[in-house]
Amino acid sequence: MPLLEFNDLSVALPGMARPILNGVSLTVAAGEAVALVGESGSGKSVTARAALGLFPAGAAIGGHVRVDGADLVGADAGCLHEVRTGKASMIFQDPRAGINPVRRVGDFLTESLRLTGGWSRARAGARALELLTAVGLPDPVRHLRQYPHELSGGMLQRVMIAGALTAEPRLLLCDEPTTALDVTTQAEIMAILRRLQRERGLGLLLITHDIDLAAATCDRIYVMYAGRIVETGTATELLTAPRHPYTAGLLGSTPPLDGPLGRLTPIRGVPMGLLEAAPGCSFAARCPHARPGLCDRTAPDLARPAPVQVPASTAQRGPALVACHLADEIDGRPAMAAVCASPSEEDR
Amino acid sequence: MNAPSSTMADRRADPPAPSPSRLRLPLVWLRRAGGGWLMRGCLLLLALFVLIALFAPWIAPQDPTFGELGNGFAGPGPDHWLGTDLGGHDTFSALIEGTRTSLAGPLAVVLFSTTLGVAVGLFTAWRGGWVDTAVGRVLDILFAFPALLLAILAVALFGKGLTAPVLAMAIAYMPYTARLVRGLTAQEKTRPYIAAYQVQGHSAVFIAFRRLLPNITPTVLAQSTVNFGYALLDLAALSFLGLGVQPPTPDWGSMINQGQAAVLQGQPLSAIVPAVAVVLVVVAFNVVGENLGDRLAGRES
Amino acid sequence: MNTAPAPAPVPTPAPASPGGPLLQVSGLRKTYSTGGTQVVAVDDLSFSLHPGGALGLVGESGSGKTTTARMLVGLERPDHGQILVQGAPIAATVRGRAARLARAKAVQIVFQDPYLSLDGRISIGTTIDGVLRLHGCGDRAARAGRVRELLAQVGLGDRESAALPRQLSGGQRQRAAIARALAVEPAVLVLDEAVSALDVSVQAQVLNLLSDIRRDTGIGLVFVSHDLAVVRYVCDEALVMYRGRTMEHQPVADLLTAPRHPYTRLLLASVPRPGWDPDAIGRRRRALDVLPGDTGSPTAPTAPTAPTAPIA
Repeated sequence: MPLLEFNDLSVALPGMARPILNGVSLTVAAGEAVALVGESGSGKSVTARAALGLFPAGAAIGGHVRVDGADLVGADAGCLHEVRTGKASMIFQDPRAGINPVRRVGDFLTESLRLTGGWSRARAGARALELLTAVGLPDPVRHLRQYPHELSGGMLQRVMIAGALTAEPRLLLCDEPTTALDVTTQAEIMAILRRLQRERGLGLLLITHDIDLAAATCDRIYVMYAGRIVETGTATELLTAPRHPYTAGLLGSTPPLDGPLGRLTPIRGVPMGLLEAAPGCSFAARCPHARPGLCDRTAPDLARPAPVQVPASTAQRGPALVACHLADEIDGRPAMAAVCASPSEEDR
Repeated sequence: MNAPSSTMADRRADPPAPSPSRLRLPLVWLRRAGGGWLMRGCLLLLALFVLIALFAPWIAPQDPTFGELGNGFAGPGPDHWLGTDLGGHDTFSALIEGTRTSLAGPLAVVLFSTTLGVAVGLFTAWRGGWVDTAVGRVLDILFAFPALLLAILAVALFGKGLTAPVLAMAIAYMPYTARLVRGLTAQEKTRPYIAAYQVQGHSAVFIAFRRLLPNITPTVLAQSTVNFGYALLDLAALSFLGLGVQPPTPDWGSMINQGQAAVLQGQPLSAIVPAVAVVLVVVAFNVVGENLGDRLAGRES
Repeated sequence: MNTAPAPAPVPTPAPASPGGPLLQVSGLRKTYSTGGTQVVAVDDLSFSLHPGGALGLVGESGSGKTTTARMLVGLERPDHGQILVQGAPIAATVRGRAARLARAKAVQIVFQDPYLSLDGRISIGTTIDGVLRLHGCGDRAARAGRVRELLAQVGLGDRESAALPRQLSGGQRQRAAIARALAVEPAVLVLDEAVSALDVSVQAQVLNLLSDIRRDTGIGLVFVSHDLAVVRYVCDEALVMYRGRTMEHQPVADLLTAPRHPYTRLLLASVPRPGWDPDAIGRRRRALDVLPGDTGSPTAPTAPTAPTAPIA
């Protein structure tokens, strides 16, 4: 049984043209690091919150979210409390937003242990010290007595990670945990997250806009667009042979750090907002391959594509699933070549 | 902060608002003002009082300065809808005509204090440095003076009437606007759009008055609306003390003053009517002002 | 301002064009005092940019790259040093309309946040028209034509011209901000993290737009960024800053393939990629942290502060 399981989850708000989440299915097993990649408005943050049973107010919800077997859709307060305090923890983008600026770091870390766990002050303090050491802070004894403003963003994010670990969760949800940080700090935070995840056998769901970060740190990747999962597979599969034109477009939009430097092939247009809807594939309007009469009429399901004829070294036949009518006809590299062929209309 | 922040990216483009037809405009404004029935009721009430003030001579059934001797403290009836006061003046007509002075005084106070406060706040925050610090100290001192006290001082120096207290109160109310504008300007000045104007080569005066000021105006108006209510209350108090508007010119404050003796004689109506008017208008201005402020704060975040 | 002691003999590369460098910065220094302690934001920064060139200023937060950008456009006044645009010094303080306009013509800037860098009350077209009017570009009809031309150059049309900023997406706003800067027809355009707030797919559109503008106008670009891959795409030279100091200045291709300063190597290693080892980066960073705060030379033994060779 997976630790976290989304089964055909839909979240719809009244007044919006399309659901925020539309039939999202994903799993995270214990000891597995999984990434959810998407741009703004894709619904990736809503997905992360849903894993804690937090849904937008007034939303109509369909499907299931199970954490360690317990279904959070329609769950009572007791069940949600149990999941949030003992099974799953979340780390957010901005560490300063999640900590009371006038209380010491030590109070922040020991508060929940003492209030909900009934721990003694000494025992909670020892635990906090142990956690700060685990997240690699240089001087944990001093940091316990410091105020949040005395710590840098990277250090504070480590405090937040320590805070997320106080409840000894089995599932760690990280919503853009390094987006507000410098690149070298990002590397340190990701190193800590991966180490803790491996050592403690945690399930980790990394929500990010950065497909390279996802591929560098996670085993499997889900790519999300306009509230749907459009492609999933192993990191290697997605980077070397993306099957969905959106995934290929994301890769074509990212300037490479090494190798040949050609003109970027951006995806035309902008990500779909919540006030827009498409009867067919939501990516059709931006897709260089979109076939009129097919892609703009019916929405494709997430399905296993036919294997492509590629060199054995890159042909990964893992759990790849793609939601594209034309997935059997295109594979990543020709798709990018096709985009290159029409640079004149890219920007409009 | 180098990469996209989700709060920023999640803000989507707003659809353009539909333009209403000209005839339905007031109704649409009222609906767009929103804020629930209390806000709408208060807006309607204020609109009503403004109309009354504008058309007072045509509405008032009688001349409020004409006292029917021998008909003091008449009860409400077909001749005098709200009765008469001690001197036989028609209370309803006095109330209607009194709306003019009772609203014009605070209006003048708010106009003067806001203009002055905006100029002072904008200038000091833009200049920054020691000018800002020095003016800030002076404002702190002015804050310590109650407006009413300053107004009474002005009366003592320059005599009774509306002019001197209005000017004194304009100065007393100025720090409230100045402090607000100073804070808003200091904050707005750090926004990159202001930096962009500077880099383009615009003059400081142009940027401050033509570009920055319009962006903070809504918040300043909300503050002025609240100030209006307090100024009305202060001026009514002044008239009540007999230092403001002088009889026979009708004014709510002086009406209460003249009615207070009557209250003891069991004839409360001529004092209660203007008192209710003062309370209604002050509360309405407060509700509208607070509501505007709240909604601006909501839009900012 | 010329308060700087005669600029230190900075090894300046030979001019790449007969007209000399478009932008020449020498000995730039800026300190802030916060709570009694002096913080050096930028220390002894020198570089030059030839016409049509693009220089990347690379660094993390606190590196001084944004302070440098703000000094280039006159939003901050340097304590020392000199900024020359087309051979003429840029005054640190400008008095009078002519001086303001001249300074605007020298350098323009595009800021990071497309949501805060446009005036929310004014439509895109009117904003650009205001810039043109300030700089005396013809009558109303001529300006309207120029507005349309500038917006077309960044891929925006009449609909966007009439729109208020909040009615546009982040990418469209950033295009508008670029058009607004180009309206002044500056010699140098500074881009301060101008693409980092955008979605990846939109960022690529703007990056292509920038390389088109470079090709079509011959404008000089100073591209401030934390992202080495993006700098590689836009620039031909890169200058790596750390705590206000120059660590390394090289042609981008050399910087990426043969970084000479350990800090540059650390930055490069920090970029996520398959087979990434973030653990090692943390160790290397801590090893480096003791180094640059020292008063000794922050640069590695092998790294000179000046570029080895300008690119023609």
